[in-house]
Amino acid sequence: MSPLAAVPPRGPARQSHAWDVARVRADFPILKRLVRGRPLVYLDSAATAQKPRAVIDAITAYYESGNANVHRGVHALSQEATTAYERVRELAARFLNAESHAEIVFTAGTTAGLNLVAQSYGGSVLRPGDEILVSEMEHHSNIIPWHLVAERTGAVVRPIPVMESGGLDLAAFEQLLGPRTRVVAVTHASNVMGAINPINAIAAMAHEAGAVVVVDGAQSAPHLRVDVQAIDCDFFACSGHKLYGPTGIGLLYGKRRLLESMPPWQGGGGMIREVLIERSTYAPPPERFEAGTPPIAEVVGLGAALDYVMSWDWEALVAYEQGLVAEASRQIGEIPGVRIMGEGADRVSVLSFMLDGIHPHDAGTVLDTLGIAVRAGHHCAQPLMRRFGVSATLRASFGAYNTLEEVGALVEGLGQARKVLLG
Amino acid sequence: MSELDDLYQSVILDHNRAPKNFRRLDDATHHAEGRNPLCGDHFDVWLKLDGEVIAEAAFLGQGCAISKASASMMTQAVKGKTVEEARALFETFHDVVTGSGGPAPLPSKLEVFRGVSAFPIRVKCATLSWHAMKQALEAT
Repeated sequence: MSPLAAVPPRGPARQSHAWDVARVRADFPILKRLVRGRPLVYLDSAATAQKPRAVIDAITAYYESGNANVHRGVHALSQEATTAYERVRELAARFLNAESHAEIVFTAGTTAGLNLVAQSYGGSVLRPGDEILVSEMEHHSNIIPWHLVAERTGAVVRPIPVMESGGLDLAAFEQLLGPRTRVVAVTHASNVMGAINPINAIAAMAHEAGAVVVVDGAQSAPHLRVDVQAIDCDFFACSGHKLYGPTGIGLLYGKRRLLESMPPWQGGGGMIREVLIERSTYAPPPERFEAGTPPIAEVVGLGAALDYVMSWDWEALVAYEQGLVAEASRQIGEIPGVRIMGEGADRVSVLSFMLDGIHPHDAGTVLDTLGIAVRAGHHCAQPLMRRFGVSATLRASFGAYNTLEEVGALVEGLGQARKVLLG
Repeated sequence: MSELDDLYQSVILDHNRAPKNFRRLDDATHHAEGRNPLCGDHFDVWLKLDGEVIAEAAFLGQGCAISKASASMMTQAVKGKTVEEARALFETFHDVVTGSGGPAPLPSKLEVFRGVSAFPIRVKCATLSWHAMKQALEAT
């Protein structure tokens, strides 16, 4: 079964209709600007998505009329800020279909969420010789936190191989699972190839072996209907800024009994039960993991982003984005000397490729002069680059506001790049 | 498109396709590696000094057209120069591609890199092998 089909709908089924991309584009002020004298063609939403007016306005309104610290004051503004802040936690729980809002921790982003899990959960359960399985397609932010905790605990990090098709080698994964496996760290969707991993199958196998599954959801949350209960992951981290919200805010979902078993990650205000000079006791999750004044304006902005995306018809969105990436893949695939990385994978709307004889940075510069923004580089996934024997790729990623015309502009721009660079 | 034509002049594309001194120097006296962790590009630069004079210069590695052509032309430019002259050339080249030094006189062959200053993000590409060359001279 396709991983796309495996994701159940969120909320009541809606009547499916076509995606109104013109209406969505009108919500994003930045899409009106020119770059180097041409209309911006923004194909880098996997790095960060643009922000709708509603998010920008919510942050401004918060600072203009609602700014106060949360969970502290008895005054009206503080109570309003606390209500607004906790409402976003409820929204986030609904967005990810968590069982309870107490399973949602606000973090600085996906990276912070994964570091929290590695340090707090990994740091308390890992023993010398224990194994952490990390897929070869992980972003560095789901690799390095495990290196750091492995160095501290004596645990070992082992790779789950990626097949030429772009999928994870599940047969090899099954072989790697054993009595020492404690953690399986895997991305829901590759930030390079877009390849979607079957988390529910991976989780079933990992749980059988007694391991927990830590999912990097940075690239899936904006493109798939994520249901953390259906995929049965133990932890799921994602970023607000890739979800059309502000930078500096992310979500970490953790199963309640796991979060309750974990020690704090950072100490400070807001995460305590009682503090004596010699020792302290800690608040229950999620407050236990939110030391210090949180990024309140960013949480409010994320709330506006969640309100915005949860008003969408996600069935239409997924179908639309799938159409964009399929068409991009088809047209780019026709360019002579092109190689699409992980061509056989089911993917979110993220596509990586290499042009024969052209370094991705050079092609990226040519596209930039045409107002087309793509990413060129290793995408913080060096093990995956090594797996496919390249040092860098060009990556085009499509969001809710991209159009088929922009796919055409990209393909035309790549033709221009070939002309300039190959002569 | 004129900025682009300025950046990708045919000399640069020729050096990218067929770089000069693109080999390991087995009897090198100096060596350093240039690595750009942001993009993964890397070059090894070898120098063979005869007294104060750079008798041979060579490089290997991978990178974009700008970085590869720059490395190729760097090895040509420093060959036969004294260590002091090579260091001075590094400074001039650096000022020209960053656009910070005004119209500093460059050896005419290196003039093609003046266009890089219009693309600040690509300055690191142009200077990668030059930094490695300078570092190699300091290594011993």
